[in-house]
Amino acid sequence: MNIIVCIKQVPETTEVRINPETNTLMREGVKSIINPFDMYAIEEAIRLKERFGGKVSIVTMGPPQADSALREAISMGADEGFLVCDRAFAGSDTWATSYTLAGAIKKIGAFDLIICGKQASDGDTAQVGPGISTHLNIPQVTYVKKVEEATDKSMRVERMLEEGFEIIQTPLPALLTVVKEINEPRIPSLKGLMKAKSAKITTLTQKELELDPQQIGLCGSPTQVVKIFTPTPRVGGQILNGEIPDIAKQLVDLIKDEVN
Amino acid sequence: MDYLLTDEQKMIKDLAHKIAEEKIRPVAAKYDISEEYPWEVMKVLGESDMFGLFIPEEYGGFANSTMNLCLATEEFSRACGGIAVCYAASALGTIPIVLFGTDEQKKKYLPDLASGKKIAAFGITEPEAGSDASGIKTTAVKVGDHYVLNGLKHFITNGGDAETYVVIAMTDKTKGARGATAFIVEKGTPGFTFGKKEDKFGIRASSTRELIFTDCKIPAANLLAKEGMGFIVTMRTFDMSRPGVAAQALGIAQGAMELAVKYVKERIQFGKPISSFQGIQWMIADMATEIEAARGLVYSTARMLDAGVKDVSKESAMAKMYASDVAMKVSVDALQLFGGYGYMKDYPIEKYVRDAKITQIYEGTNQVQRGIIGLKVIKEMTK
Repeated sequence: MNIIVCIKQVPETTEVRINPETNTLMREGVKSIINPFDMYAIEEAIRLKERFGGKVSIVTMGPPQADSALREAISMGADEGFLVCDRAFAGSDTWATSYTLAGAIKKIGAFDLIICGKQASDGDTAQVGPGISTHLNIPQVTYVKKVEEATDKSMRVERMLEEGFEIIQTPLPALLTVVKEINEPRIPSLKGLMKAKSAKITTLTQKELELDPQQIGLCGSPTQVVKIFTPTPRVGGQILNGEIPDIAKQLVDLIKDEVN
Repeated sequence: MDYLLTDEQKMIKDLAHKIAEEKIRPVAAKYDISEEYPWEVMKVLGESDMFGLFIPEEYGGFANSTMNLCLATEEFSRACGGIAVCYAASALGTIPIVLFGTDEQKKKYLPDLASGKKIAAFGITEPEAGSDASGIKTTAVKVGDHYVLNGLKHFITNGGDAETYVVIAMTDKTKGARGATAFIVEKGTPGFTFGKKEDKFGIRASSTRELIFTDCKIPAANLLAKEGMGFIVTMRTFDMSRPGVAAQALGIAQGAMELAVKYVKERIQFGKPISSFQGIQWMIADMATEIEAARGLVYSTARMLDAGVKDVSKESAMAKMYASDVAMKVSVDALQLFGGYGYMKDYPIEKYVRDAKITQIYEGTNQVQRGIIGLKVIKEMTK
């Protein structure tokens, strides 16, 4: 089973600083990690490889330092890494990103399965995974919490819902996005780290991918970040005491005051 | 302080740190209370090649290096001294096979020990043979192509949980120390059983049991080195493993200081964090300096061993003695900085005091270490 895992390198801290002029993330000085949800995607891919054979290819789109995210995935047991990196891809929103990643996946070659984390911890959109499957015209199953059965033709998975889960059978190739309930990502081994250190990372640029220039980067992005702001913290509430009719009256008065 | 670690050593230290924070620290209190053997952690250490750090590559290990063992043990001990000793005690049981095993013995035992599939233990201590190892009463008598072992070992770390044991027994009592011999004994050998599990003050995640030999027949092929070399095997093993115990003490001290510094920054008294008081700062200054001095001794000794320096008994003893005394002092001072909270089991710091104490006792008491150092210094000066 040949599996492609799409990952994103994100800032570790939740205290992300924003460049007030461009409204984009200031990544300098913040440690970068693999998006925590993508760790479950990598782990699940490696487990499937251990069961069925084949190989695990990791793809990420990002700046040159995203190389370290690919190496970390290789240290866990992935076979190869592809860095989709070009100035032409800068400023991509989820549409342009999923279009570009789909293009990179076509370039990488035949696959049976694509796995993504359910969403990235910085953007929180959960759109790139489904976007990739749409661009590739393959089935998608989101929020997968368990792979029940798999063959080279199809897969039966449990998909998490807000209450309970549903079981979905999908033909392959397909794209899954996974939630943290699916597994516990492994600690890399020393041998894996040694392998990752010397692993060759393939860089894919616009020159290799030959994507439609109108659909990539900032100009291929239909959405724009206008402003990023920190919501004002909620202040503590007020507890009303007394008999229920009294409380009701107090509440009505408070609402009236608020309205006035 | 920058110890100019190689890229490989940094990689080992970083990985051990990650394991300590993600897999050991979260379960440290649980195993301290339950006294169960931390198999879940041993499995992770195996999968991440940590048991391979003291085993040569040709036998499935990563490299045979005392420095690597020290770096890993220090990091694990920062999070839990008890779980770290389960690891270090397996190294203690493995090192004699690495040092003295025949190629056949190494091929048979080391790959499973390197992968963590099996855990090792070393058995020398007896009720009447602690610091005075010449008091060993366990005997091994050669009968045909077998040896028959009889006797009792106690306070054996990993005892009962380990699969592979290196045991010291007397093959010729008349020769005293020169009559001791080392044997590899496998768990499950008829006549080899385990006594009660000790209820300990600290390092409670580790198991400590008696090894009982009752007409236990082991193949002559399990003889390690030669008859009469038991004490040489032991001394050479301890020279290699003592920096490991020193690294354990060092890690406990470092871990205790880190918790204390974090606490004093958060604890507000008299309207400000207590870290702003000079009395507290001076205590932290002493802790940090003593820990750094201990680290210097431990790493230097490990590097001497890795460079193949023959006689490191003095340095090894210095590293173990000093680092463990520092661990005791620093952990007690760290608890002091936590004030009344530190005395409560709800806080993690009292465990460091309990875990630190054993490092002054085992692998040769600090009194024995001082004896080794003193004699050696006097001998050097009289040349």
